Amino acid sequence: MAEFSLPANSKVGKGETFKAPEGATRTKCFSIYRWSADDGANPRVDTFEVDLDTCGPMVLDALIKIKNEVDSSVTFRRSCREGICGSCAMNIDGMNTLACTRYIDDSKGDVTIYPLPHMAVVKDLVTDLSNAYAQLSSIEPWLKSSENPPDRERLQTPGERKELDGLYECILCFSCATSCPSYWWNSERYLGPAVLLQAYRWLADSRDDHKGERLDNLEDPFRLYRCHTIMNCTATCPKGLNPAKAIAEIKKMMLERQG
Amino acid sequence: MSSNDRPLSPHLQIYRWQWTMALSILHRATGIGLAAGTLLLVGWLLAMSEGPERYAAYQGILDHWFGRLLLFGWTWALFYHLCNGIRHLIWDTGRGFELNIAAASGYIVGGASIVLTVIAWVASYSNMGAT
Repeated sequence: MAEFSLPANSKVGKGETFKAPEGATRTKCFSIYRWSADDGANPRVDTFEVDLDTCGPMVLDALIKIKNEVDSSVTFRRSCREGICGSCAMNIDGMNTLACTRYIDDSKGDVTIYPLPHMAVVKDLVTDLSNAYAQLSSIEPWLKSSENPPDRERLQTPGERKELDGLYECILCFSCATSCPSYWWNSERYLGPAVLLQAYRWLADSRDDHKGERLDNLEDPFRLYRCHTIMNCTATCPKGLNPAKAIAEIKKMMLERQG
Repeated sequence: MSSNDRPLSPHLQIYRWQWTMALSILHRATGIGLAAGTLLLVGWLLAMSEGPERYAAYQGILDHWFGRLLLFGWTWALFYHLCNGIRHLIWDTGRGFELNIAAASGYIVGGASIVLTVIAWVASYSNMGAT
């Protein structure tokens, strides 16, 4: 059910402000969502002034600088720092993206950083993605073929391979799923754009011959059809992919097989 | 700790409003408005079946400026829902999902709904004058 306001334990309070060091001339404020299970307090937003002259260009650079130099308890996921691992997905200035591929200069004023929206917070910017991963495994994101395994690669024509463009690039950062109001209200039952794009990635694969079974698994008022083409997924995808279109293609396949 | 004790991260409170997102919730809202408006229409039919006095009384309510405002809002809701419904039909064919096209089709739907509403009201008022 749609709960538009936050539960009592999730209301966000005002936190501390950490000033930039003396002598810093070019500073920028980073307002960061904080919550830790250790102190039993509600979430708060701390503000960190960062000296941009001694900081790398990306939002992730600033987060790492803050963690190194100001408050080592600031918690976030990160790994590749080049937009391919999907770990540092978070809500920056109101939209979900990767901290490592987002320029600090893209923020006109202060940079506001929240965890991915409408998720259980583990600590600070780290959310619990267990449900999303379970949903991903429910669509069986691997090649399923009833043929005996060939001695070499399974060949595709260039045209067949092209069908996977715009799908295989997904890095599963779940920026799209957590931008989707439909997913906010129904994440228990609606698979969300990230998982549905993956579902279509296998439906569109010429080497996979379990399409009927895959479609049966999605034929459900919630799993697939909670998509109302709100388009937040496509607008926010840090890789420039189009989950909304992938979902529309699945809906079309559903219709086409009915004949 | 139990995962139930974990806070829920902010969502509507912090997410930047998107044009397509606003139109989507407007589609839902006009749908609800139209359902309520249908009751108004049923009331009008009921009043008609109950004789000239009841009908005149109901007509009196609709002739009041507030009644007219409701009717105007309802007309716009009808045209918005209709135009956006057509937009959804086009989406169902797999077309129009590029971000700039989805935004543009939203502007077209918004503009068309206003134009059609004005046309309907101008036509209604000029007909009233004719009879």
